[in-house]
Amino acid sequence: MKSRFFNEMYDGDTVRPAYANLTQWIDGHPPEHFELKRKEAETIFRRIGITFAVYGSEETSERLIPFDMMPRVFTETEWRKLERGVKQRARALNAFLWDIYHRREIVRAGRIPGDLIWRNEAFEPAVVGTSPARGVYSHVVGVDLVRTGLDEFFVLEDNCRTPSGVSYMLENREIMMRLFPDLFRSSRILPVDDYPQALRRTFASVAPEKCAGEPTIAVLTPGSFNSAYYEHSFLADQMGVELVEGPDLFVDGDFVYMRTTRGPQRVDVIYRRIDDPFIDPLCFRPDSLLGVPGLMNVYRSGGVQICSAPGAGVADDKAIYTYVPEMIRFYLGEEPILNNVPTWRCSEPDELKYVLEHLGELVVKEVHGSGGYGMLVGPASTKEEIDAYAARIRHDPGDFIAQPTLALSTSPTFVDQGLAPRHVDLRPYCLVGETVHLTPGGLTRVAMREGSLVVNSSQGGGVKDTWVLAE
Amino acid sequence: MLSRTAENLYWTARYVERADCTARLLEMGYRMQLIPTADGGFASEWESVLTAAGARGDFAERYGDAVERNVVSFLVFDAANPSSIKCCLASARNNARAVRTALTTEVWEALNRAYLEFQELERTPRSELSLPQICDWTKRHAAEVRGAHENTQLENEGYRFFNMGHAVERGDNTARLLDVKYYVLLPTSDMVGGGIDNYQWTTLLRALSAHRAYHWAYGGDYAPSRIAHFLILNRACPRSLVHCVNAAEDHLTELSRVTGQRTEANDAAAALLAELADAEIGDIVHDGLHEFLGRFVARNADLGQKIADSYLFGKV
Amino acid sequence: MRLIVEHSTSYSFEAPRKRVVQSHRLTPSDSAAQTIRAWSVAADGASFGAAFVDGAGNRVSTMTVPGPVDGVAVLVRGEVETADTAGVLRGHRETVAPPVYLRETWATAAGIGLHELGAQVSAPLGTLDAAHEMCALVADTIAYTPGVTEADMTAADVVELGQGVCQDQTQVLIAIARIRGTPARYVTGYLLAGDETVGDEASHAWAELYLPDLGWVGFDPANRCCPDARYIRVSSGLDALDAAPIRGISLGAGEESMDIQVSVAAQQ
Repeated sequence: MKSRFFNEMYDGDTVRPAYANLTQWIDGHPPEHFELKRKEAETIFRRIGITFAVYGSEETSERLIPFDMMPRVFTETEWRKLERGVKQRARALNAFLWDIYHRREIVRAGRIPGDLIWRNEAFEPAVVGTSPARGVYSHVVGVDLVRTGLDEFFVLEDNCRTPSGVSYMLENREIMMRLFPDLFRSSRILPVDDYPQALRRTFASVAPEKCAGEPTIAVLTPGSFNSAYYEHSFLADQMGVELVEGPDLFVDGDFVYMRTTRGPQRVDVIYRRIDDPFIDPLCFRPDSLLGVPGLMNVYRSGGVQICSAPGAGVADDKAIYTYVPEMIRFYLGEEPILNNVPTWRCSEPDELKYVLEHLGELVVKEVHGSGGYGMLVGPASTKEEIDAYAARIRHDPGDFIAQPTLALSTSPTFVDQGLAPRHVDLRPYCLVGETVHLTPGGLTRVAMREGSLVVNSSQGGGVKDTWVLAE
Repeated sequence: MLSRTAENLYWTARYVERADCTARLLEMGYRMQLIPTADGGFASEWESVLTAAGARGDFAERYGDAVERNVVSFLVFDAANPSSIKCCLASARNNARAVRTALTTEVWEALNRAYLEFQELERTPRSELSLPQICDWTKRHAAEVRGAHENTQLENEGYRFFNMGHAVERGDNTARLLDVKYYVLLPTSDMVGGGIDNYQWTTLLRALSAHRAYHWAYGGDYAPSRIAHFLILNRACPRSLVHCVNAAEDHLTELSRVTGQRTEANDAAAALLAELADAEIGDIVHDGLHEFLGRFVARNADLGQKIADSYLFGKV
Repeated sequence: MRLIVEHSTSYSFEAPRKRVVQSHRLTPSDSAAQTIRAWSVAADGASFGAAFVDGAGNRVSTMTVPGPVDGVAVLVRGEVETADTAGVLRGHRETVAPPVYLRETWATAAGIGLHELGAQVSAPLGTLDAAHEMCALVADTIAYTPGVTEADMTAADVVELGQGVCQDQTQVLIAIARIRGTPARYVTGYLLAGDETVGDEASHAWAELYLPDLGWVGFDPANRCCPDARYIRVSSGLDALDAAPIRGISLGAGEESMDIQVSVAAQQ
């Protein structure tokens, strides 16, 4: 039977090249072996999982994300195309950010309606005219991709602020290498473990001009009560830089310093994992206790680089997303390598009409929402759910966009019954500094429930290691 | 190292030590009430226990009579008393949790276990809990944290701050404990009641887990001036004032070697240590033990403040 | 006209503070209506740094005072040569796109009262007439009454109250202009007070509306006029908070009191 979903492992009865070695290896072991490995994986992951829970907040219901030990595999040829597409997107998004905070050519040229930008909550009037080092605003771009065919990829959304999940990419690989060393010996998988160093180099390359010598980098976290605290401390550790909270930093004169036991130490680059409104109570929300008073003035006068640059979030807004192909053509003079998912903007009356008539087939998302909350998956919803959602759309059409339900590809996944296809997506992490760098791998999220197309961890999705085979 | 990290490590240790000391205080009070007094009643030491904990006023306001059950409620379980064992363990864990990556898994787990098991302890009916059980439980967990730290922690800057927290807190506590019973160590009190005073001295020593150590160090006989010497000026006694100041001074010296700068905390510790090194127990008792202890508590607190100032704790 | 400004803002703290950090927008920029002859901002014991000109043309700088600090006095002194441009802002360097000033903020968020007020404007939108009409509407609706409003009141609250000071009138004007599609912003500055001016504070606030034909034009609902040579324009923003001359934080506990003295005089 031919499924409408692209199966990444099988082409009919034939195993695709990417999974050839893996299949052979699986066939070479009795099923008990995998049961054993699964238990082992569980033990290791539980151990790390416990760490996750400890780093996070055990008072809140922190759930562990299920880890599937079947990797998701790409050939290097497949990956190189993805890589070109993701890098192209990351360059265009940064060019767009520079433009809208400076000469705003794209609006003057009529390629994007200005209102969509100027009245966007993520647009920061406070940084108009501010020039971040090397013109880079988004230093880590996470591009969420789905595969629908052999050569067919779609971008679901871009993440230009501080995309999370990269710690899973690194931890998953670590676990896999411990579980299956023989598989790694026979498969020639491109390594991902250079990511923290690449991240560090990226940040170092955007140190402000005023910084002489080796720049001091720090990761700014909202604190141990934040759900992503584990990742913040993990990345700081891996990069070998300090993990700081707002009160560790203070502004004096032209610079920002951290309080250390050896006295104040100047900080040149801040990888902030807190949102714009909380960065500096003297510039944004006056009630924020997480930020550093005066930090924005130091940034705007060139004394420190904040990564991602304040105001970068406007580029990953779901309403702006529909214009990314336009950006690629406008700034780079290239055709987009990766497709956008066709999107209906409910703010447009014609498109709203279409959406309301086809809710049963569409996925509808809130423009400012994230994490799979508050979205409607038409084909998986009851009539009551659809009607209730339609009322919400009619009430505030501008808050919604709609997309066709994509036929997400499947990748083999260990479930209770054995190996079975489950739907997956992919988030690679593109680093933008002096160079544009993409680590060969990423975070593959998998919908553990049969037939489910929702891969978000908040909705019970799991994760897999992502392999790119060397050729 | 970030000042906040150093500060959290330092306070983690201080709170663990404080929980331990509160347990020892309670133990002392408990033992003392078991001895009959000359007039046929029993000595109530709970007032002095509360005085040593620096919480007499607060207690009186909220509980009234200083009877065992109330004192235990206040010093062990009371969430509104920041020095209760409950609060100390929670504060220790909060401080540790904020610098989770600066501690080994074993240290963290020891702290976390203490915190979680305390909740079990709280759920146990009080009729099934004896005070000595609670005290043993607390001392055991404090020892576990300290032991895990000694066994697994890298001896870097953080190690110094953690142990400095222990030293400063313990010095303070020994001085307070001594101050409560200072009069039993005065020469005049020798006449008062013989056997009972004897018992009080041993109780003091037992509370500090220094009962046998005293015998090793001084032979069998109890003498007030020897006990005072043991708890104030004997470097070998791990709870003596000089031992604690010496430890703090050592850690500060190591820190200044690593950071390449001497601070006013170094000077304060060195000055206090020099003074204790030169002191004679006879003079101390003669000039007033109570006054001496009061001065020490103040100077020790000043050392704590200078540590905070020198390493930018809490400054923004 | 040559105007001399003296403006002091003194803070005193009940208990010493660990540190004081302030972001200042206390220095005016040149435009056709004003030429800065001399200007200084000073405070004893403070260090100044991280200075720049933002996209709206505001001159921003940062002041820090290390603790322990009992109090600090920020002293502004300056001389400006002013001219009457009938409120039109010309020769002012800025790069923010005018439609950005259609953004709603917490203090200027639209409410029913504001919508009703905005609906009363009859002149074609975007014209000078419409702008004057809005300004007069606000002056008529919000009676200038010191002491009835709080600093953190929203425009919607003020409309309901029907009274307020220049900050309130200005935020209401901004809110209704935005509702009617006219970019509008909050301006702080100084005003040479005379017998006829409302509000004896020499430190003043008014609005600027963006009109396609003229660019930014100032409107002062408190005095029912457009700024002239008596006005010095210092800072602008989306609302009172965003345009505030001083935004600061003092770290530590205890009461804090503030005293402001402003004098504006014309040089003979």
